[in-house]
Amino acid sequence: MVNITINHQAISVPDGTTIMEAAKLIGIEIPKLCFLKDINEIGACRVCVVELVGKRRLITACNNEVKEGMEILTNSPKVRESRKNTVQLLLSEHDFKCATCVRSKNCTLQDIANNLGLVDLPFQQKVVKKPWSPEFPLQRDSSKCVKCMRCVQICEKVQGLNIWDVANTGSRTDVDVSLNRKIEDADCALCGQCITHCPVGALSERDDTSKAFKAFADPDKVTVVQIAPAVRAAWGESLGLSREEATVEKIITALRMMGADYVFDTVFTADLTIMEEGNEFLKRLTEGDLDKYPMFTSCCPGWIRFIKSQYPEMVPQLSTAKSPQQMFGATTKTYFADKLGIDPEKIFCISIMPCTAKKGERTMELYYKEFAGNDVDLVLTTRELDRMIKRDYINPKTLTDGTFDDPLKVGTGAGVIFGATGGVMEAALRSAYYLVTGKNPKADAFANVRGMEGWKEATFDINGIEVKVAVVSGLGNTRKLMNAIKRGEVKYHFVEVMACPGGCVGGGGQPIHEGQELANVRGANLYFLDQNAQLRFSHENPSVLKAYEEYFGEPLSHKSHSILHTDHFAWDMPLAPKRR
Amino acid sequence: MSRLSIQTPDRAQLVVESLYKDVENRIAASPPGLCPIDMSLSFLRLCHAQTCGKCVPCRVGLGQLANLIEDVLEGRATLKHIDLIEKTAKSIEMAADCAIGFEAANMVLKGVQGFREDYVEHITNGRCIAQMSLPVPCVSLCPAHVDIPGYIALVKEGRYADAVRLIRKDNPFPTTCAHICEHPCEARCRRNMKDTSINIRGLKKVATENAGIVPPPECAPSTGKKVAVIGGGPGGLTSAYYLQLMGHQVTVYEMQPRLGGMLMYGIPNYRLPKDKLQEDIDAVLATGVEVVHGKRIGTDVSIEELQQQYDAVLVTIGANTDRKLGIEGEDANGVMSAVQMLRNVGYGNKMDYTGKKVCVIGGGNVAMDAVRTSIRLGAEKTSIVYRRRMADMTALPAEIEGAIAEGAELVSLKAPLKIEKDEDNNVTGLWVQPQMISLIKGGRASVKATSEDPVLLDCDIIIVAIGQAIESEPFAKFGLPVSRGRIQADETASFEGMPGVFAGGDCATGPATVIRAIQAGKVTAANIDEYLGYHHTISCDVEIPLAELNDRPQCGRVELPEREACERKKDFEGCEGCMTKEEAYQEASKCLRCDHFGYGIFKGGRETLW
Repeated sequence: MVNITINHQAISVPDGTTIMEAAKLIGIEIPKLCFLKDINEIGACRVCVVELVGKRRLITACNNEVKEGMEILTNSPKVRESRKNTVQLLLSEHDFKCATCVRSKNCTLQDIANNLGLVDLPFQQKVVKKPWSPEFPLQRDSSKCVKCMRCVQICEKVQGLNIWDVANTGSRTDVDVSLNRKIEDADCALCGQCITHCPVGALSERDDTSKAFKAFADPDKVTVVQIAPAVRAAWGESLGLSREEATVEKIITALRMMGADYVFDTVFTADLTIMEEGNEFLKRLTEGDLDKYPMFTSCCPGWIRFIKSQYPEMVPQLSTAKSPQQMFGATTKTYFADKLGIDPEKIFCISIMPCTAKKGERTMELYYKEFAGNDVDLVLTTRELDRMIKRDYINPKTLTDGTFDDPLKVGTGAGVIFGATGGVMEAALRSAYYLVTGKNPKADAFANVRGMEGWKEATFDINGIEVKVAVVSGLGNTRKLMNAIKRGEVKYHFVEVMACPGGCVGGGGQPIHEGQELANVRGANLYFLDQNAQLRFSHENPSVLKAYEEYFGEPLSHKSHSILHTDHFAWDMPLAPKRR
Repeated sequence: MSRLSIQTPDRAQLVVESLYKDVENRIAASPPGLCPIDMSLSFLRLCHAQTCGKCVPCRVGLGQLANLIEDVLEGRATLKHIDLIEKTAKSIEMAADCAIGFEAANMVLKGVQGFREDYVEHITNGRCIAQMSLPVPCVSLCPAHVDIPGYIALVKEGRYADAVRLIRKDNPFPTTCAHICEHPCEARCRRNMKDTSINIRGLKKVATENAGIVPPPECAPSTGKKVAVIGGGPGGLTSAYYLQLMGHQVTVYEMQPRLGGMLMYGIPNYRLPKDKLQEDIDAVLATGVEVVHGKRIGTDVSIEELQQQYDAVLVTIGANTDRKLGIEGEDANGVMSAVQMLRNVGYGNKMDYTGKKVCVIGGGNVAMDAVRTSIRLGAEKTSIVYRRRMADMTALPAEIEGAIAEGAELVSLKAPLKIEKDEDNNVTGLWVQPQMISLIKGGRASVKATSEDPVLLDCDIIIVAIGQAIESEPFAKFGLPVSRGRIQADETASFEGMPGVFAGGDCATGPATVIRAIQAGKVTAANIDEYLGYHHTISCDVEIPLAELNDRPQCGRVELPEREACERKKDFEGCEGCMTKEEAYQEASKCLRCDHFGYGIFKGGRETLW
């Protein structure tokens, strides 16, 4: 143990504790901006400087460890002056038009500046706004960037992609796409982790909320909205709702108030995905297609972009099943349009997703009879949904539970857990067991693929067939797994990959909370919903069974193939640059 | 009334003078990877501030040039800007009245021509090509990328053996380098911004002198793969060391009776005591390297045979034959190459030069080795004969100073013309043509012959130290690409269409420093490992002390002591001493820990494995 004093309070802390952590233990907060635990401990912003008594120069609290006998002052005159000056300098290069900023009230810099009570800026303001493609799903506003380098670090250390890098040196130092590329030409997975770890409004999703309102207001359009599983676990966070209060049914009501014609649950197509992907898996397994390399899940568009850019030679191992979002769009424009007897062209399909990559996936094309267009017409993130609720002054506290529309009404607990890492695998195994043995396993029989660990593996015996599976989340972990598979160090039959750590609950489209990772808590929420669901097996979903009976025939039928499956080679993805 | 007064600089002038010094030091410590255009603009602004304001091109023109360059940096320029900058700079260079103006314009011109692609990238993409990839100056400038801040921190704590372990992660010759490394690491030490660079080599010496015998780490489990290394110099032995650690079995083929190459047979004992060198070699051998002495490759063993017997073959034969002067009389008795002379001494044949007059031709480190060796062999007079001036010599200043202190005569601006000999073909003198220093070409002052008559330097022995050549013929015959004697390996030390054959070190780069040979050893070991189908990594589990949170006041640099010239020149014992532990602590405490403070904590700070 190390004995120190902070603001004259004595404290004894374990060796290796940082000054900031030690201060927190006795309730002393040291403001910080660039710091991100284990990811970005580089002391770049200098906001967390403190005085070490006896030394002339100030030191950072975030990345320096305590030493025996240290006397730390976090609010000495020197510290106060320096902290204020540093934040003023940051503001001199930051476009603080907070009233029009998507991160206002959820901005670390705004918070600090407000807390420091800054009322004037003694420096000349110099804000640089650089061009950026307005169409790209990931938006960067250079005039808001504080060069904290978190995006660079999260992309490199967690996602292993190195899309961001420091650009230029000296006074023109900035963050930009690495290797002097433009973002459209980069191998960005669109996972959005850089957005959720940005302390200010420099990184954001492309805002599509106005397009949604426009569609709701268009009398010639039939707006069909789907809500992804992980959205229900997070949407209430930034609206002041507790997890118990923030039911998915309240989102239905809010959407209807905004003008949505139909509201469905993506969980329905999650179950449909299991029927298609589960059958595909058993077919490929028995045909010997998975003897060398496993089949990979295909529901995460960040992962699809990753495999196409980093391991293009492995793309044939992907399941050909579309993701639940795309299946939903395709189903509404075929089965549902048929049922309603309307022209699929009139349907405007909106999805609410925890994800930014879904905005990219949306452009996937659908050809069906005379219809040629997209499965999905607009993708909104959870954050955009929240903004729309605020924009319409809908009071979340007074929302009541609504109900999903027919006929794609029912979703099972198996579909709900799609939103958490391991969920797709677990749902698939529940149904695969049934498909092979003709009887249901215990619903929790495959629970050991749950949990926040980045790379999990399990072996199951299904009627004498040994099935080796792996579940991975986070693209850095994915790269490790892919390399191990390619080198023959590990062997699996079925692998679930989610680009974001913890799965969709930790998605890049979810509400942002400075310094907090909430994937685990949100995932627990989904498992709770599964636990309490009446139906917990995708193959028991009556809406799904009805859709097969009335329309698709059976899993992997010709019709299923043309509507619910995709060709992963139909579009191009920029390849990864050569790695040294 | 008095007519004249004594000028004294005012206070402002004195402060500015000291700031000039600060800027000089600062520039010396410039990290690599800065935007060259941003630097150009900053230099130009400095130049513009120096203008007296009398003449138009300088007073107005330099300012306009700065505006144009700023446009480029701020994304306001088109490609036509580059031509305008060039045209303006050229006309200022033509029209300015004094050097303040025309040399400022010249600096801009050099940039526009020298890094035009950076200008283009800024204009078309709003970005810079330059990038800070290795921001810790010492580590980035060390060819072997040794973790210098790490071992300095260990020396400070007195953990000498750990320091040696850490150095060996990247360099298996810590003791050798402690004695003779040219220490490129010190050149841009950030400490220069405060006072002077850390004495890095000196601290390494403290580590190796105090560490005792440090065994090498455990080798990885055997892979069953076999590698032949041709040449047991620092490059070959470095590669052998790491390949052994990776689990491969290496056999080194060495022609000479002892390992070490030029370290053993080129560098004199007084600079690198052989028992010290042997410590490094013993550590390499302790990893299980096998050695075959005395076999000449291409004659006794064919390269094809090695290729059949081994999974990979590495060529590290060095550069150890001499180059001739090509003047009349070079065949006389008493004329020899420095390589030959130093190797003889290395074998233990200490020739007796008592009463002899020796001329050593050349200005490099090898020439200084020959000079100081001659003195130790008892020569009555030893002269350094050099075409240019002392300032133009490529030898380290300390080596030249050492030679002069030991009594060497400096005969500069004299070009060898012919060798005078007696009827028994013995050397009697060296005719030289006086030279005058002339225009600077390619950054180096050239010389031209004066109209004076040739001069005869009286001497009995002439030692030629004008460079080394490579015995590359057997390898050329085998099919390796060779150009101007050098084996043309690519940057990965391999050859296209020749899998399993690698080459590195002096034989591929031409004569260079020991640390560059060690770098080649690292590169070849890593690439041979990959070629053999493995991906072993080399790391070190020594925990490095945290950076101190001290204020770091200005402080002088501790230098290593030397034995008195009059004493040391009598023997071949080591010349240089070591710091005391007290001195080492102070010197190590000065380290600014660029691995923790600044960019190093963000990117490229510490390479923990390779």
